[in-house]
Amino acid sequence: MQANPSLALSASQKVTGWRLFLKTIVARAYPRVIGQQREKSWIFFDIFLPMLGVAAYVYVYRAIGAPEEYVGFVVMGGAMTSFWMNVLWSMSSQLYWEKEQGNLALYIIAPNSMMAVLLGMAVGGLFATTLRAAVIIVAGSLMFNVTYAVASFTQLLLVFFLAMTALYGMGMMSASLFLLLSREAWHISNLAQEPIYLVSGFYFPIKSLNFWVAAAASIIPLTLGLDAMRQLIFPSGALLGFLSVKVEIAVLIVLCVLFLTAAKFLLDYMEKLAIREGRLTESRR
Amino acid sequence: MTHFAIETKDLSRIYKIRGNKKEKQIRKELVALENVNLTVERGELFGLLGPNGAGKTTLIKILTTLLAPTSGWARVAGYDVTQHPNLVRPRINMVSGGESSGYGLLTVRENLWMFSQFYGMPSKEANQRIVELLKMVGLEDRIHTKSSDLSTGLRQKMNIVRGFLTDPEVLFLDEPTLGLDVGAARDVRKLIRTWVDTSPLPSGEGKGEGRRTLLLTTHYMVEAEELCDRVAIINKGRVLACDTPANLKRNLQRDAIFEIETSPLNGLTSQILQDQPEVKKAALTDIEGGARLELILKEEAALASVINILTQKEIKVKRLTKREPTLEDVFMDLVGQKMEEVEKEEAPHAG
Repeated sequence: MQANPSLALSASQKVTGWRLFLKTIVARAYPRVIGQQREKSWIFFDIFLPMLGVAAYVYVYRAIGAPEEYVGFVVMGGAMTSFWMNVLWSMSSQLYWEKEQGNLALYIIAPNSMMAVLLGMAVGGLFATTLRAAVIIVAGSLMFNVTYAVASFTQLLLVFFLAMTALYGMGMMSASLFLLLSREAWHISNLAQEPIYLVSGFYFPIKSLNFWVAAAASIIPLTLGLDAMRQLIFPSGALLGFLSVKVEIAVLIVLCVLFLTAAKFLLDYMEKLAIREGRLTESRR
Repeated sequence: MTHFAIETKDLSRIYKIRGNKKEKQIRKELVALENVNLTVERGELFGLLGPNGAGKTTLIKILTTLLAPTSGWARVAGYDVTQHPNLVRPRINMVSGGESSGYGLLTVRENLWMFSQFYGMPSKEANQRIVELLKMVGLEDRIHTKSSDLSTGLRQKMNIVRGFLTDPEVLFLDEPTLGLDVGAARDVRKLIRTWVDTSPLPSGEGKGEGRRTLLLTTHYMVEAEELCDRVAIINKGRVLACDTPANLKRNLQRDAIFEIETSPLNGLTSQILQDQPEVKKAALTDIEGGARLELILKEEAALASVINILTQKEIKVKRLTKREPTLEDVFMDLVGQKMEEVEKEEAPHAG
C-alpha cells in the first residue's frame, strides 16, 4: 500500500435536500434492477411457479365450462401475484433483513432520508416486478389464447399506477412495522401470502365473495386494482366487477394517500423507538 | 467551533432485558455504559481499548446516532447526537469489523458508489475517488468483482474504503481488524494512520481544526499501542484510564514486570501470589507443557518471595524475563485480570 497525500476530497460538492433525496432513490433502486439481471432464479420462482398456478385454475375453469373470460382473469391475477410477493418479501420484511445484514445502520447514519431509501426499494422492486408480470401476461395470453379489448388505456394506466402506488405505500408502511420484529417477520410474510391470494381475488372475480369480505379485502390495493383492470380490458369485465371503475379509482386514491402518509409517520416513529430501544443494529452486535 | 471532535458527559446506557417465558414479568437491567466522560480533540486518532462486552460498541452506537443514551449527553463534530442527529450524520461515517454490509450481487465499485450516493456525492467524483482509494488498499484489481466473491480480508478493505469515501470529519471504526490475517490487518492499520495524517479538511484553521478525527475500538493491545494518539481503557461500561499509551505505561514504570514460564502449576492460583504484600497483580495462563506467570511487583526484590512459593509447590522455572510495561500490563493493573480472562468471564453478556 502506498501513501497518497490526495486522500482528502479537494472540494466536495455533496448535494443536499431534494437532490440528495433523488440520488438516494436511484442508488437504492440500483441493486434491485441490477440484481435481477445477475440472479436468474426469478425466472423459475416468479414466472414458472406462478404460471403453474395459473394453468391449474385455467384447466379447472375449462373443465367446469366457466365463461372464457375467466381464463383472462386468471392470467391477469397470476401476473399480479408477482407484485404481492415482491411487496411481501422485498418490501415488508426488507428492513428487517437490512438490519441483520448491517445495512440499516449505515442507512440511518447517512444524511439521506429513510423515506427515500424505502422509495428506492419500492421503485427498484416495481421496475423489476413489472418485467416479470409482463412476461407472465404475454406467456399466459399466448398459451391460453386470451383476447383483450381495452375500454380505456388512460384509465387502465391510471388504475395500474394508483394500485402500485398504494400497494408499495402499504409495503413501505409495513416495512416500518416489521423493523421491530425479529425472525417473526419471516413467518408473518408467510402467513400473509396465501390468504391474500384468496380474498383479493387473484384467480376469480371478487364479486363472487360476500360483499363485506370483498369490501374488507379492498384494503389490499391489488384487490380493487385488479378488479378495475379486469373491467377495463375484458369485454364482460364490467358485469363481473365488484364496484364501478370510477369508485374503485377514488378508493385507490384514498389508499395511496393513507398508506404513504402512514408510511412516513410510522417510519419516523419506529426509527425513534428503535434508537431508544437499541434495535437498529444486527442481533450479533 | 469547539476544538473537541467528540465530547461526552456522564454518558450512561442501560439496556432492559426481558426475561424468558417463565420470567416474563421480570425485566433485568444491564448497565452497558456508566457515567462516561471523554473528550477527543480534532485531529486525534483515539482508541477505546477493552474486552468484548466492555461497552465500546454501545458507545460507538450512541456517538453515531444509532442509540439513545439513558442519561448524560454526547457531542460529535460540535453537535449533540440526540438533539441534532441530522447535523451529526453528514459529518461522520462508521465501519465495523466483520460487517457484511452492501449487496453481494453488486461489484465492489457498485457497492461503494451506492453508499456514496446516500451522502450526496456527485457520481463522477465518487467513481474517481473509489478508484483512488481502492488503489491505496491494493484492491483496484477487484473493482469489478462481486462483493460476495471477496474474502473476509478483502471485504473489510472494501468496508474501510466505504468509510473514507464520503470524506467524514469524524470516522468511527469498530474493531476494524477483527478476523483479519496479519498482513491484511497491517494494511488496514497503515491506511488508517495515513488517512488521519494526510487528509486535511478543506477549511481548517487553528489547533486541530481542519484535521480528521478517528475513533477506533479494539481489544488488540498492539493495535491501540501502534495506532492511537490517546487511549481510553474501558471495562464493564466504565472508563478506567485515558491518556497517551506512553503515559499509561509510565505509571507502571516504577513497578517491576516479570514473565515466568514454568512447569504445571500444582494448584497454584493467582490469588496465592497476590496475597504476597509486594505482588500487585498476578495472572496465570496455561501453555503447552506448563504455565505462564505475568507479575507486576511493587519492587524487584519481591521476586524472591514468588520464587519461594514456586519452589515450595515444586514448580520448575523454565524461563524468567523482565520486560517493559505494555498496555496489557496497564489493563491488568487497572482491572486485576488479563483482558482475555475478562472476556472469558463476560462471554455470555458480550455485545
